[in-house]
Amino acid sequence: MNASPTVLVHAKGLRKEYGSGEGLVRALDAVDLDINRGEAVAVIGPSGCGKSTLLHLIGGLDRPSAGVLSVAGQRVDELSERALAHLRRDEIGFVFQAFHLMDELTAQENVELPALLAGCTPSEARARATALLEEVDLADRARHLPSMLSGGQRQRVAIARALANDPEIVLADEPTGNLDSASAFEVLGLLEGLHAKGLTLVIVTHDERIATTADRLISMRDGAFVDETRLTGGSRGNLSTFAEWERLS
Amino acid sequence: MRGRALLLTRLVRRDIRLHLAQAILLVVAIAVATATLTMALALNGVTNHPYAATRAATKGPDVVAYLTSPSQAKPLIQASEVAASNGPYPINSAVLHFDGHTAGALIEGRSEALAGIDRPEVLSGSWVRPGGVVLERTFAEALGVGVGGRVTLNSRSFEVAGIAVTAAQPPYPNLCWATAIASLPIKGGYETSVQGACVNLNFSAEGPRDVGLVWMTESNLLGLASKANPILDYALNIKLDDPAEAQAFADTHTFVSNGPVLSTWEGIATADALLVHDEQGVLKPGALLLALLAIASVAVLVGRRLSEYARRVGLLKAVGGTPSVVAATFLVENLALALFAAVVGLVVGWLASPLLTNPGAALIGTAGAPAISPSTILEVVGLAIVVALVASLVPAVRAARSSTVDAMNDMARPPRRRGILIRMSRKLPIPALFGLRLVARRPRRALLSAANVAVTVMGIVAVIAFHADVNSRVSTASGLTAGGLSDPVVNRDEQMLAVITIMLVALAVLNALFTTWASVLDARRSSALMRALGARARQVSSGLVVAQTLSALPGAIVGIPLGLGLFKATVKSGALPSPLWLIATVIGTLVAMAALTVVPARIGSMQSIVEVLQSEAA
Repeated sequence: MNASPTVLVHAKGLRKEYGSGEGLVRALDAVDLDINRGEAVAVIGPSGCGKSTLLHLIGGLDRPSAGVLSVAGQRVDELSERALAHLRRDEIGFVFQAFHLMDELTAQENVELPALLAGCTPSEARARATALLEEVDLADRARHLPSMLSGGQRQRVAIARALANDPEIVLADEPTGNLDSASAFEVLGLLEGLHAKGLTLVIVTHDERIATTADRLISMRDGAFVDETRLTGGSRGNLSTFAEWERLS
Repeated sequence: MRGRALLLTRLVRRDIRLHLAQAILLVVAIAVATATLTMALALNGVTNHPYAATRAATKGPDVVAYLTSPSQAKPLIQASEVAASNGPYPINSAVLHFDGHTAGALIEGRSEALAGIDRPEVLSGSWVRPGGVVLERTFAEALGVGVGGRVTLNSRSFEVAGIAVTAAQPPYPNLCWATAIASLPIKGGYETSVQGACVNLNFSAEGPRDVGLVWMTESNLLGLASKANPILDYALNIKLDDPAEAQAFADTHTFVSNGPVLSTWEGIATADALLVHDEQGVLKPGALLLALLAIASVAVLVGRRLSEYARRVGLLKAVGGTPSVVAATFLVENLALALFAAVVGLVVGWLASPLLTNPGAALIGTAGAPAISPSTILEVVGLAIVVALVASLVPAVRAARSSTVDAMNDMARPPRRRGILIRMSRKLPIPALFGLRLVARRPRRALLSAANVAVTVMGIVAVIAFHADVNSRVSTASGLTAGGLSDPVVNRDEQMLAVITIMLVALAVLNALFTTWASVLDARRSSALMRALGARARQVSSGLVVAQTLSALPGAIVGIPLGLGLFKATVKSGALPSPLWLIATVIGTLVAMAALTVVPARIGSMQSIVEVLQSEAA
């Protein structure tokens, strides 16, 4: 395990397999990866190349078949279910392509949920949710149900929810995949803001325009890394490039 | 029209084949109710044949006249309708002791030669002789005495010379059980026979169900009489020219002041049928309860299917299926399964009913295979169709009205929002927070679950009330009379109650599993999302348990008055069970619901978060 305090995610020989015998599918094959604190990493590749699997493993949603994986100093491959739940709750924020908001809860109640799970009092959770909704510019939509929000607004609620417990890292799986360009622009603007504040980001995407705005670009194919490009030398990312492209187009 | 029928048949057949397990569960749920109803209806008239056989073998009288003086016999014997008569025979009461048991004995004095009318069929031993008495068979069985045993009657010892049956008296324990006849349909008959046999006799030392029939020689009977215990009653057995006119004859000659009291052979036959009559009294409400539970089971199954088949509904509509075709697909499938379940119920009920139709020791001969009449078939099939229709109609209409686009996209019905419950839940621990929110998002399912529990508790409370009533009627020890004798009617009631209880609990468990599993599937996405946000699997499964228990609570509470109401409606008057039993029923039901939810909830919470979220997003 990499003991460097700057490394937030460390993977060595990471493997994920499904099925067995002739039906064996190797979704991830001996992947080595280090992600530093504050770094924005984009993972690109065609459908089924294993990028979402990598994200799920880093997020503790799934367990590796082999290899070493640590996140925020904890060995994900060795953690109990209970410890994995705590890791997801305290250290990780998820942003899904399909938003995955609770349909029956308002925007504010959705954002409160992780804080309530973490044991905050209702008033603390409410205050935190209010602040986060202001941050994503949805304070006036706090009492709206997801069905009353646009796609972009829903994704902004999901981002606010991901930040509810002040995580070390935000994992975004195709965060703009279901959005039109204007909404995608809003969402990427938010992610850029988070990155600017020093939050670690891992974004899985098909869209090379988004990918090139990260600090580092990893290309995957058939469960393995085929290319890795450092775009900004490890310093602040350049997500606003996307916005410039959008403005020009 | 034929094309539409072909389409429906094809869809129904393929769907049943594809979801065979669900179809089997549906058939089982309905068949349990229809089998119980079949058994209840198959008991109609099962004692008629054995009574007729006993009446023929014992040369049973058409009318028995109970006289307060032998002189009252003359006008009856000389009546134009009378073909022959025997007696009058003196009757008296005595206290019988045997092996620690005490009972009342209604003793009839007879000659040592068997009479031409009412010549009891001696099944073991021999007929009366000096010092030797004969006991009616159900009475002897309750006492546990056999031929050669010795009983004491008013402190005098007699040998049991024989065991016999008769068609002239109701059997033990209904010989003097006047209250049991209130609901019997036969006019006069049994009431007069009971009062006639027992009304002038003193059985104050024993309960009315503790009196059995004993024959002894007239001289022995006169020897038992004393100033304190004089002979006040005489039995005159009468054969009429036309046995069918027995009731008219009794009506003409009964109720004269201080005159004879007459009982007819039809009344005695009805008293003999009390054993089976009580069985029906248990089985019919039992079938109703099971039918209600079956409705709940089928509703849950159909509701679950509807959510699974949203895409198929959309496809049907997209290719031109009208709302009525969509609704018909659902209804035809469930009606077909219900009809099949009715057939299964009829066959199982018919095969099982001989176990219940033993006419009892009072009669000879067997009931034979019970007849399944067209009206029985109609009632059973009707019950199955009502169950299927009530449970399927709303989902079928909902499917017919659903948006084609939404259905094509397999969009789940949006959950309900109950703001007040969501706000309340914020202050609760995580399992309670999740559980309350699950209840709030699917209130209809919670209502169905509550209805299911209410029906189950209603049944359990009714069964407990029946037990309490039976125990209060007979003695502190279940199934025994005040004198410590085994009561065959109570024993049979207890057996029926046990059968109904087992079926009720089995169906309720099945039902609870359906509901729980449907809730777990419905909560799949919420559970996965909660876990993705940091909730532990145990917190999520505990939340599901909380949701089921919360749904069950109002049902368990409502089930108590419903059960007591059912008992009151069935029994009219009777002792109610202790409140402690009722509280224990509510608590026990909630614990059972929680226990039944644990395994499906645990399995549900172990599902891969990734798989669930990906499938829900697809």
